[in-house]
Amino acid sequence: MMEENKVKIKKFLSRFFRKHELADDEDIFALGFVNSLFAMQLVMFLEKEFAVTIDSKDMDLDNFRTINRMAALIEEKTVVDQQL
Amino acid sequence: MKLELTPEQSQWQEQFDAFVDEHIVPLADRNDREERIHPDMLKSMIDAGYLGSMLPKNYGGMGLDNVTCGILNEEIGRGCSSARSLLTVHGMVSLAILRWGTEQQRNQWLPQLASGGVLAAFGLTEPGAGSDAKSIETTAVLDGDEYVLTGTKKWITVAQIANLFLIFAKCNGKPAAFLVERERPGLTVSPMFGLLGARGSMIAEVVMTECRIPKQNLLGQVGMGLTHIALPCLDYGRYTIACGCVGLAQACLEAAVEYGSTRIQFGRPLRDNQLIQKMVSEMAVQVKAARLLCYKAGYLRDIGDPDSIMETWTAKYFASTMLGKIVGDTVQIHGANGCHDGYPVERYFRDAKINEIIEGTTQMHEMLIAEQEFVTGRRTVQPKSETVYS
Repeated sequence: MMEENKVKIKKFLSRFFRKHELADDEDIFALGFVNSLFAMQLVMFLEKEFAVTIDSKDMDLDNFRTINRMAALIEEKTVVDQQL
Repeated sequence: MKLELTPEQSQWQEQFDAFVDEHIVPLADRNDREERIHPDMLKSMIDAGYLGSMLPKNYGGMGLDNVTCGILNEEIGRGCSSARSLLTVHGMVSLAILRWGTEQQRNQWLPQLASGGVLAAFGLTEPGAGSDAKSIETTAVLDGDEYVLTGTKKWITVAQIANLFLIFAKCNGKPAAFLVERERPGLTVSPMFGLLGARGSMIAEVVMTECRIPKQNLLGQVGMGLTHIALPCLDYGRYTIACGCVGLAQACLEAAVEYGSTRIQFGRPLRDNQLIQKMVSEMAVQVKAARLLCYKAGYLRDIGDPDSIMETWTAKYFASTMLGKIVGDTVQIHGANGCHDGYPVERYFRDAKINEIIEGTTQMHEMLIAEQEFVTGRRTVQPKSETVYS
């Protein structure tokens, strides 16, 4: 599941990083393409694609820095949702 | 793809249309003259539940989908831009609390916002920070269990009557959002008058001088104030303004058709003149196109699609700029009558311009839409190989 989620995240990000093959552990903020509009779009994408709610406490840049970290956040939230 | 409203949405549309004709249109000119929202108009909007149009039913809201919310803003915008402004900013704050508020904040504020018992205003803009929102100078300093806010907000819609302000400030240099009640000591509201259009928006300057609020009034986290609170608020605001532009353009079209049919010159109605027909046909097409863009943005918002953000920018850009042309032609068709407050088109003309400034100027839209195309629309295009003729 984790790998499938990474593929989905990578596909979404490829729209914004067209000329760059993103690695799973690559810092997207360090690449310099990120603006506030992208940040909004990213949160919306993650919530819609993975049917999770990103809360105020999740709003730490580190959670969104790499594909790996986003996938980990989604997994963590999916587990929590299933427990509820 | 199915390009039609659902039966429920159509039903709401009829209801909103009738409401606007009965409660909004008759008082709109008076709002403009008196530079306020007439209390009767506000009461009728509250009684109809429209202040909770964007909130879910469990908080006392109407639980409308985004398309229906858009239709409401279109219809209200057809009648009175100032009333639509009130609905917009009230909704922006309500949705911010719904999205990022603690359970306590949601339970405290959302039922009151939905019922209209509390009116909300959005405090981002400052004398020195308009489009450049990152440059706000209002500060928030944590002092024990309180934040101390200091700074000035300007052009704040409905601030004259708002009970609750969503104030953006920098806390340790990071943007943050705070819920500030009107009665907090240190907060003063100075009404502003003399707006070009949407003159009933009851704007004010809001000054905070060491205004102390409990630290629980922080909305979300420090650092996410602009990107994840202000921008989504503005996204909703932009959507409702785009819809309001469609409504105002519809009012222009209807006024142009009516005047063109009844005004006699050279022994025949203006409508017989092909130059008038050209203006009216362009109006009709532009209004339809803008409305479709709004419906699309609304639909994407309903399904939580991230593309909704850019589609909303697109809709607002198109709707507000086409409105500028339409309202100009409407005044033109009305001739001298269009230049006098004896006809509402004079007000439409002034109101229309405001829409090209608020929630992102036309030029900010042009920069952002172009930038997005350069980032996401890039495709490697091979140059044509040279043809060699022997």
